[in-house]
Amino acid sequence: MAEEILRVENLHVSVEDTPILNGMDLTINRGEIHVIMGRNGAGKSTLASVIMGHPAYEITEGSIHYMGTNIDEMSVFERARAGMFLSFQYPAVIPGVQVGTFLKKSVQSVRDEPLKGREFRKELNGAMATLEMQKSVLSRYVNDGFSGGEKKRLEILQMLLLKPTLALLDETDSGLDIDALRIVAKGINSVAPEAGCLIITHYQRLLDHVQPHFVHVMIDGTIVESGGPELALKLEEQGYEWLETAAEA
Amino acid sequence: MSDEAREAVGDYQFGFHDPENATIRFDKGLSEQVVRDISALKDEPEWMTDIRVKAYHHFVERKMPDWGNCGELNNIDFDNVTYFLRSSDATEKDWDDVPDDIKRTFDRLGIPEAEQKWLGGVTAQYESEAVYHSIREDLEAQGVLFLDMDSGLKEHPEIVKEYFGTVIPYSDNKFSALNTAVWSGGSFIYVPKGVHVEMPVQAYFRINAQNMGQFERTLIIADEGSSIHYVEGCTAPTYSTDSLHSAVVELIAMKGAKIRYSTIQNWSANVYNLVTKRGVAHENATVEWVDGNIGSKLTMKYPAVLLKGEGAHAEVISVAYAGAGQHQDAGAKVHHLAPNTTSNILSKSISKNGGRSSYRGMLQVTPKSHGCRSKIVCDALMLDSDSRSDTYPTMEVGNSTADLEHEASVSKVSGDQLFYLMSRGFSEEEAMGLIVNGFFEPFTRELPMEYAVELNKLLELEMEGSIG
Repeated sequence: MAEEILRVENLHVSVEDTPILNGMDLTINRGEIHVIMGRNGAGKSTLASVIMGHPAYEITEGSIHYMGTNIDEMSVFERARAGMFLSFQYPAVIPGVQVGTFLKKSVQSVRDEPLKGREFRKELNGAMATLEMQKSVLSRYVNDGFSGGEKKRLEILQMLLLKPTLALLDETDSGLDIDALRIVAKGINSVAPEAGCLIITHYQRLLDHVQPHFVHVMIDGTIVESGGPELALKLEEQGYEWLETAAEA
Repeated sequence: MSDEAREAVGDYQFGFHDPENATIRFDKGLSEQVVRDISALKDEPEWMTDIRVKAYHHFVERKMPDWGNCGELNNIDFDNVTYFLRSSDATEKDWDDVPDDIKRTFDRLGIPEAEQKWLGGVTAQYESEAVYHSIREDLEAQGVLFLDMDSGLKEHPEIVKEYFGTVIPYSDNKFSALNTAVWSGGSFIYVPKGVHVEMPVQAYFRINAQNMGQFERTLIIADEGSSIHYVEGCTAPTYSTDSLHSAVVELIAMKGAKIRYSTIQNWSANVYNLVTKRGVAHENATVEWVDGNIGSKLTMKYPAVLLKGEGAHAEVISVAYAGAGQHQDAGAKVHHLAPNTTSNILSKSISKNGGRSSYRGMLQVTPKSHGCRSKIVCDALMLDSDSRSDTYPTMEVGNSTADLEHEASVSKVSGDQLFYLMSRGFSEEEAMGLIVNGFFEPFTRELPMEYAVELNKLLELEMEGSIG
């Protein structure tokens, strides 16, 4: 039987009294890749942030369950330690903190056990090889002066090391060239079989490399249409208008 | 010797104390007689006694400085300060008297108790003496003199007489006058021509040899073409029962020499830390101050460099951390007194829980000093909206060929940074600690490794319990 990782029920979310999500429902089981598409402003990024526990968002109605538990009261870092991961659309810059130090500390706090230096280095080298990353990145400061592609690759590297149970990927494919896209997809595919995956994207092209089980379309803070990979292709060809017309009718 | 002191010496638990070495504590307050007594007790040459006495009278007459957070200085009660403690007096203080929060910090920094006592300057420890001596032998082989200041005066009076007070005369300010009158302890270093001391020379190997007083005096002379890196203090808190610390540090870098002076002060939160530090750089010489201020109630410290010879260079890298009830008033003063001299000043400050940090800087270029370059960067990071950060830059530029840059920034920890780090498993406090360590990184990387590690740990501890 499918193991439920995430269950979002009738979720209503506001920021400073402005409603953004208006009754979202979504269930993700282990091994499933879900894709959410939709225009800018539909609430896609909000969904990812609120699942991760961003304090600026207020849940006014509904609930989020992770591994069968309501996580309303869990803080962001507790969610991370419980196996949730968000790949940011715009990862923050942390000046003066070296990537290597940051990765080690992060992995250490999520796994909650002392890391053996040699084993960690081996793991790190393996993950970096998978993502075709240069070693020199380890001595740079976190996201400081990184290109868009470098930032996204670092996000995926963190995902590989943290081995999440739930991976939320917020527009990880935006602004990537073909090679970077392929590499990022490789990272997602290596994590996906053991996790639940939610990919937020504007473009069908990532789906040439990552096979989703479900594609959902979000409009005005709710899912209006769900289907298989063919839905993404249809959206690529026809845009969102046909759904919006249907929603209004 | 007071009964109290006798009792303390008698009870001293480690028992390796020489009972003949009597503890001497002067009564509180200062007078010409106290100054003369200090000098007599140390068996100093007459010229030093004379300087002390002149300095004392200057101190009495001199007004408080008008550079810095001066209003606060009027709260100092000069009559309630003990101006001289004999070295063995350290045994009078009991480890049990050290406040719990300081002991906890020692523990968390991973410094074992024996070492804690030694680092805290609370008591002497014989093992470290051995370390100190072996380092001395190594330096002596190269002809380097590295002594505490009192021994320096005894063994090399001609060198001390030649340079003492030449960079910072007692008449410089009220606190340099006070220091000159009552100084005790500090370091004396002379590096001969062309000798490069490869390892950083660390003061805390010396601290217990001579109890570093509240008024230590340091004199470092690097002769032509030589170099030395001197490291003073440590990140562990320095507990003091007295409320006033006023040191004077003079550096002299001869032609082509290089002196780097690194220090991190972490005085307990009852201390007024008023230190005058100044170096002279002769032709093509370099003076570098790497200066960290974490502790104290009020620090006023502006490491200065006089660029006296053509092509001389000054580097001042400083950080300040101001928590609740603290004011770190720190900065740098660089005087371009010769052509083609250059300077870099980098100041980073953090304010938290209502703390205040200020950058106060002076940059001077004299009319005859053409072709000078200077770059000043001041970055402040505020961890909450109750805290305060100010920048007071002063520039006196008398030569139009000077190439000067000044950048200043004030930033806050952003919600995006916190959310990002927390999503990677860091608690809010750990995230803050990471951001703070990152902010100080340009400073930390200049420190010897063990200090850098200790400083980072210390800052992480400072972040604990800070999130409301």
